[in-house]
Amino acid sequence: MTGLPADFMANILTVLIFLPLAGVFVLFFLPRDNNRLLRNVTFAVTLLTFLLSLPVALKLDGATAAMQFVVRAPWIADYGIEYHVGVDGISLWLVMLTTFLMPIAILSTYKAVEKHVKEFMIFMLILEVGMVGVFLAIDLFLFYIFWELVLIPMYFLIGVWGSERRIYSAIKFFLFTFAGSVLMLVAIIALYFHHHEVTGVYSTDLLRMYALDIPVKLQFWMFAAFALAFAFKVPMFPFHTWLPDAHVDAPTSGSVILAAILLKMGTYGFLRFAIPLFPVAAVDLMPAIGALAVIGIIYGALVSMVQKDMKKLVAYSSVSHLGFVMLGLFAFNVQGIEGGILQMINHGVSTGALFLIVGLIYERRHTRLISDFGGLSKVLPVYATVFMIVTLSSIGLPGTNGFVGEFLILLGAFKTNRVLTVLAATGVILAAVYMLWMYQRVMFGKITNEENRHLRDLNAREVAYMLPILVMVFWIGVYPQTFLRKMDASVQAVVTRIETKRQAALSGRPAGETLLARYFDVRK
Amino acid sequence: MVGGILDYLWLVPALPLLGVVLNGAIALFSERPLLLAEAGHEEAGHGHGDARGGDEAPAPYRKLVALIGPGVVGAAFAVSLLCVLQLAARAPQDRLFVQVLFPWIQAGGFTGSAALQLDPLSAVMILVVTGVGFLIHVYSVGYMSHEKAFARYFVYLNLFTFAMLTLVLGSNYLVMFVGWEGVGLCSYLLIGYWYEKQSASDAGKKAFIVNRIGDFGFILGVFLLFWTFGSVDYTEVFARIPALSGNGTLTTEIATAITLLLFVGAVGKSAQIPLYVWLPDAMEGPTPVSALIHAATMVTAGVYMVARSSALYMLAPVSMGAVAAVGAVTAIFSATIGITQNDIKRVLAYSTVSQLGYMFLACGVGAFTAGIFHLMTHAFFKALLFLASGSVIHALSGQQDMRKMGSLKKHLPITFPTMFIATLAIAGIPGLSGFFSKDEILWKSFSSEHGHLALWAIGTLAAGVTAFYMFRLVFMTFYGESRMEPAVEKHVHESPWSMTVPLMLLAVFSVIGGWVGVPEVLGGHNYFEEWMAPVFGHGAAHEAAHHPAALELALMAGSVLVALCGIALAYYLYRVRTKKPEEIAEKVPGLYDVVLNKYYVDEIYDIVIVRKVVNGSIWLWNAFDAAFIDGIVNGIAAVVRGAGDGVRRLQTGVVGNYAFSLLLGAVLVVGYILLR
Repeated sequence: MTGLPADFMANILTVLIFLPLAGVFVLFFLPRDNNRLLRNVTFAVTLLTFLLSLPVALKLDGATAAMQFVVRAPWIADYGIEYHVGVDGISLWLVMLTTFLMPIAILSTYKAVEKHVKEFMIFMLILEVGMVGVFLAIDLFLFYIFWELVLIPMYFLIGVWGSERRIYSAIKFFLFTFAGSVLMLVAIIALYFHHHEVTGVYSTDLLRMYALDIPVKLQFWMFAAFALAFAFKVPMFPFHTWLPDAHVDAPTSGSVILAAILLKMGTYGFLRFAIPLFPVAAVDLMPAIGALAVIGIIYGALVSMVQKDMKKLVAYSSVSHLGFVMLGLFAFNVQGIEGGILQMINHGVSTGALFLIVGLIYERRHTRLISDFGGLSKVLPVYATVFMIVTLSSIGLPGTNGFVGEFLILLGAFKTNRVLTVLAATGVILAAVYMLWMYQRVMFGKITNEENRHLRDLNAREVAYMLPILVMVFWIGVYPQTFLRKMDASVQAVVTRIETKRQAALSGRPAGETLLARYFDVRK
Repeated sequence: MVGGILDYLWLVPALPLLGVVLNGAIALFSERPLLLAEAGHEEAGHGHGDARGGDEAPAPYRKLVALIGPGVVGAAFAVSLLCVLQLAARAPQDRLFVQVLFPWIQAGGFTGSAALQLDPLSAVMILVVTGVGFLIHVYSVGYMSHEKAFARYFVYLNLFTFAMLTLVLGSNYLVMFVGWEGVGLCSYLLIGYWYEKQSASDAGKKAFIVNRIGDFGFILGVFLLFWTFGSVDYTEVFARIPALSGNGTLTTEIATAITLLLFVGAVGKSAQIPLYVWLPDAMEGPTPVSALIHAATMVTAGVYMVARSSALYMLAPVSMGAVAAVGAVTAIFSATIGITQNDIKRVLAYSTVSQLGYMFLACGVGAFTAGIFHLMTHAFFKALLFLASGSVIHALSGQQDMRKMGSLKKHLPITFPTMFIATLAIAGIPGLSGFFSKDEILWKSFSSEHGHLALWAIGTLAAGVTAFYMFRLVFMTFYGESRMEPAVEKHVHESPWSMTVPLMLLAVFSVIGGWVGVPEVLGGHNYFEEWMAPVFGHGAAHEAAHHPAALELALMAGSVLVALCGIALAYYLYRVRTKKPEEIAEKVPGLYDVVLNKYYVDEIYDIVIVRKVVNGSIWLWNAFDAAFIDGIVNGIAAVVRGAGDGVRRLQTGVVGNYAFSLLLGAVLVVGYILLR
């Protein structure tokens, strides 16, 4: 089908992870003053990575929950640490999103990044290695390595190529996420020893961990550690304050990747690790996490509404959107989780596009203040059209990707917790308020600022990288089957695992046991 | 099953969508360079030379747009008509055709297919939408001929038609919701068509957001519906009612919750109290848009939805009561506002809100057929009223204030009589379409088992007010002395044929449109009710049994009398004693101001909700995000910073080392633990 040899396909995931690293080595040997070459080579590498990821999406079997295209090799054998990667219906679209957005992000830097282009491109490629690795790793240790690997290039992208308060924002980003990951590391180590204690085998294999029946008290603490690490990353309210700062000061392409991919590492972590490993704790803590998700939805939307800076507005809207994803994942049913995964993709596409859109106007006017604009529709008709479509996608209009995700999330969550769902659905109203208000103030009205009168509409390169995004907006919106059907078996497996593991863990426990009794032995 | 022409039902929404694509391409490639040049831009200049027409002659692409825009809707009407005829050829109980196009959203046990359903109810709707829609598209060619963004207008208008047809043709609540939000989008785009005007873009945004509040209820209703019935397909849901009622799954409470939630959506879309505020502002859009979207079709979507869900509403008496009450109160409330407005379009806007109230009143008393019947006749006469008012506005170079009109009768030989016919129709003069449908509603609001004398009284009173404000409009516009500005008066002219022909056709339907539903008591036959029977069942039979025909005739005479009183009063105040209205206004200044200012509802919403939310959000951001959370974060950071020189050094730029060393440290810790 794909025309690629079978043994190549067997190692395709390794290729996807390390092809960008090969690109890094190529860049090392390129002259640092030939920006054009540096950009084109990086673009070519990311594009090739995307093209090579396509056969994975085509060939992945949505009817099985098993990991596919698995590559497995001993790594630090004494400790049971392996190089173990694979893809299933949960990680597939996140990998695809990463490979899809990277060339777009690179294209968006052609004008925007002028200094230290070589280093910039190297960091972007290292970032891709980390991101693809995070989504493909099945070994906990390997996952952790990739997880941390992502942090470093992003830190530099913000700190070196960012705007005014870049150092503050970069450190804030670093400390927040690092604080979380240290907790996760502790939990991984604890899990590692627990696994050894029960089975007598040292291993960091996630699939082996899945098989464990972890005692409920241990589940609580491990879930808390994992959840905290991921919550920082998502970010969930009230751990979100690093996000607006990081976004405002990051270069456009950094913001795109940060919003579209890095935040998804958090939500993916919940779905891949925190929920299936510790289902009893996850279900018991659902009201708390759901409540934080819903607070995030409403809070993010409200604060978004009153922002003066376009980029900050979009950043806060991410807090709101990611709240939806969390709510969907914690619905623990197929609708909610598939909706959650799809919404991760949707947010990547739509919010990534919004950051690009803000970047386009920033390149032209060197301001992002909403009040500096007005009436742009008249001089930028193509930009106006693209912006409108992305806006509609962001507010979840039926026919665009955003609707399918939000609908499934709310449908699933409605089954699990009606009150939270009703509150969450108000976020859909608020999204229309802040997005349309921004659009109105930027694009409608008369041109009041003379500097805006002679802006140039999108050029071919800019259209070229926005067009694929628009295609995705409508593809997912009109025919989500392409995406949903690949998830079925994997998501169903998670749902089933939650149910069976919970039953197993809770059988024999007294009916009506309180959570305090379950986790802290506190009895009335 | 062979459907014949019905197999092409999908063409009905697809044709307008094709128009969107074609006109969109024209807008992008032919119109955009012209508009940019207009905006004082040097356009990139590759290959658009043919589109750049001279200053005097309209660009050739406009002819193509004028052909495609109405053409696709006309073709959709033709297909609709053929499909409906095919449907009508079947036995009444077989008049249901479902066409599944493709599975749309599927997850777990949920399936929402992209599927269409033609039955007597959707048949009426698509004929109205494509029929009236076609005429309004034709009219638009003339009305919008001076507009620069001609293609963009038709893109939106075709997109609206597509969305509206999706709404009424969908075979499940999910597809209905697609159309539901789609028409909201188009409404937003078209109200804000003149986006450079602040009031227009404000009105568009307001329409979208208020509609979204309604949609919030709608979608929650759909969720509850799905988790109760296990499906969102109409046929499945309604078929499962007996079984689920039997086993106690479907309680009255659940049915009430579902229907009330859905009704929230209807209240938003159909501009009922308390969410009607967007519709009068929507008059900022071009007048044909007001006619199509904000009178004839989109705003009736709520009525359609309630009627479509009639089987559910019948299970929930509380919801029925709410629908009837909201409808009746809205009918009288907005009619009173209509009395005081001076903007010709705003009078019609409040009139629309009021007439939609009638339709809900009908649904609320279980007379769904009557509601849809009025929906249809209203589409004729209200579209006509708007288009005629547009013709007036067109003649007066954009003037909408009736205080600056007068004596137009002689200048507008086609607009005047057609508008007069529509006015007679809405006033409920016997023989015209509005009479039959409105009277059916009033009779049912009294005689139905869900009816009440009070509902009938409110409805009848509102009918009188309606007759009053409509004749006030006609007298102020067409009769009396000219109050036109001289510069405007010089250019007064009747509109081109593309505008007057739709007026005449609609006038014909405003007269005869009601003849399909002549009540038996007048010796007629209610074909409309018979056609709708497979959807709503026969409701009339048992009522007639315990209400004598004389009573029905008496009530009918009563409501006609009330309408005539309204007309007489309008004649007295605006033709005989023309100073009197001002005197009255001066006598009750407080009351007059309150009504003139639409009971200050917008202002109240602004103070009570909008400003509170905005200010609260600013507070949240400053106090909570910046001060509280970041205060803690920065506090911790400060402590850490103070803790050692090493931390200071990391801020000088070698943070990469810091990052690596942390990672390395973590790895070492792991290594240590493993090795110990």
